Amino acid sequence: MRAKVIPITAAVTLIFAVGLLHARAGGGTVSGKVTYEGTPAKPKPIDMSKEPSCAKQHATPITTETVVTGPNNSLENVVVYISAGAPDDSAPSQPAKFEQKGCQYLPHVLAFQVNQPLEVVNDDQTSHNIHPLPKVNREWNKSQPSGSPAIVDKYDKPEFIPVKCNVHPWMHGNFAVLKNSHYAVSGEDGGFKLPNLPPGKYTVTAWHESYGEQSQEVTIAGSEAKTVNFLFKAKPY
Amino acid sequence: MRKTNTKATRVFLAVMAMSVLPAFAQAQQMESHIGKLTGRADTGRQLYFRYCWGCHGYRGDGNGENWLPTGSYATEPYLNIQPRNFPSATFKCRSTPTGTLPTDQDMFNAIGRGFVMTNMPSWIALTDQQRADLVAFIKTFSPRWKNDKASEPITVPPEPKLTIESIKHGQELFQKLECWKCHGPEGRGDGPSASTLTDSNDQPIRPYNFAVGSRFKCGSTNQDLYKIFMTGVDGTPMPSFADVVKPEEAWDLVHFLRTLQVAHKSPELALWESNKEGAEQIESRKLYGTPTGSGVKQ
Repeated sequence: MRAKVIPITAAVTLIFAVGLLHARAGGGTVSGKVTYEGTPAKPKPIDMSKEPSCAKQHATPITTETVVTGPNNSLENVVVYISAGAPDDSAPSQPAKFEQKGCQYLPHVLAFQVNQPLEVVNDDQTSHNIHPLPKVNREWNKSQPSGSPAIVDKYDKPEFIPVKCNVHPWMHGNFAVLKNSHYAVSGEDGGFKLPNLPPGKYTVTAWHESYGEQSQEVTIAGSEAKTVNFLFKAKPY
Repeated sequence: MRKTNTKATRVFLAVMAMSVLPAFAQAQQMESHIGKLTGRADTGRQLYFRYCWGCHGYRGDGNGENWLPTGSYATEPYLNIQPRNFPSATFKCRSTPTGTLPTDQDMFNAIGRGFVMTNMPSWIALTDQQRADLVAFIKTFSPRWKNDKASEPITVPPEPKLTIESIKHGQELFQKLECWKCHGPEGRGDGPSASTLTDSNDQPIRPYNFAVGSRFKCGSTNQDLYKIFMTGVDGTPMPSFADVVKPEEAWDLVHFLRTLQVAHKSPELALWESNKEGAEQIESRKLYGTPTGSGVKQ
């Protein structure tokens, strides 16, 4: 009897473990599109004449990025993330890179995790100062002349943080500091994808810097793919 | 059986009581330590609500009656610079790196000095003990004072000998670090970005005008000037240059910045004036004050 119990227990444990691992690695997916209704404010061209070294990098002036839209009423730069239902994840060691290029922040919205290293680089001929404006995390302000090394820092609390450069007042960006690894920033087509979700009940939240936040509940069973779409009300100003 | 249980319960309760009491006591008692002084938050609280809350507000967030009075007739703030918001724990004048909390001494000095060009007066009329008590109370406005690790002040190396080379190197740094973008090529606060500057409350703010020669926001000595650009003025557009300026070079910049203060007598200005190049620069910038104020070149 005993001789049989051990291998059977081992086999059951093995199958159970493999089953668990499989659920982690595979898992369900939440994907969808972010769109708007109404008339959004028109993007305005940015006058960079005060910084000739940047102005000449843009054949046509770039436009303001507080609202960026795409074809079929899609809304870009929306951070879609799991705000409830998923455990907090430990931070990856891979830094999140924020570039200053042509007196513009690239990407306009950078999403990364709590305690993940943030790396800010200056690819321009001019000096910038990097001045994130958090309300919950610590506020700091550092100068970064042309050619100086990357500035590395991190945030220990989740928050949406506006970022500005005081020298170049048209430069605006955002940091989205999130608690877990399930997030995406919508692209030009307004699309987003959140893969690798274990079965469970989740709250998916979409955040836009001008149009606010919206949440929806979704339940994942097994490895199903669910669609969640977000519709924001655009403001003409 | 019963005897053991009772004893165990008693021991358990005693341990719980002992572990809770210190935390409770600590919550009531924030302290500040400045030199030999120990300030207490409970005494500071009474002083705050006597002297400070009119501007800094009931919640310490800068929304006092003097800043923005309530009532239907009030549409504009009375003060042109919003009083410090203590719950945000962002402070302008520190000897600690940007984004970190100031030392008790920093806040003690700030209260005594006041903030030039703002409505924060010098509170030097208060006793040292009273100021220490106020510092202790201010530390109760934000949980960061309990949760964050205490920050180390930056090391300010001793000031090296003042030489013409030091001033010239400082001039190169002023160019290279692009200080002139906000402060202007002559340090008059008229750089290309100066008119667009806003502080962290989105209020317009102007960069320091060296030519006028007033005290700095955070002091008046060379050491204060060193700390200003090596720790940044948090809450304002002025960043920290600690990552990009070596400590020896920082002193060269201090010496040069003093020569921009053409209306303020200093050894740096005197030395620069004795040099041909320096004398030309100063002559072209010197302000001859009018009865109503400075800023008019003649």
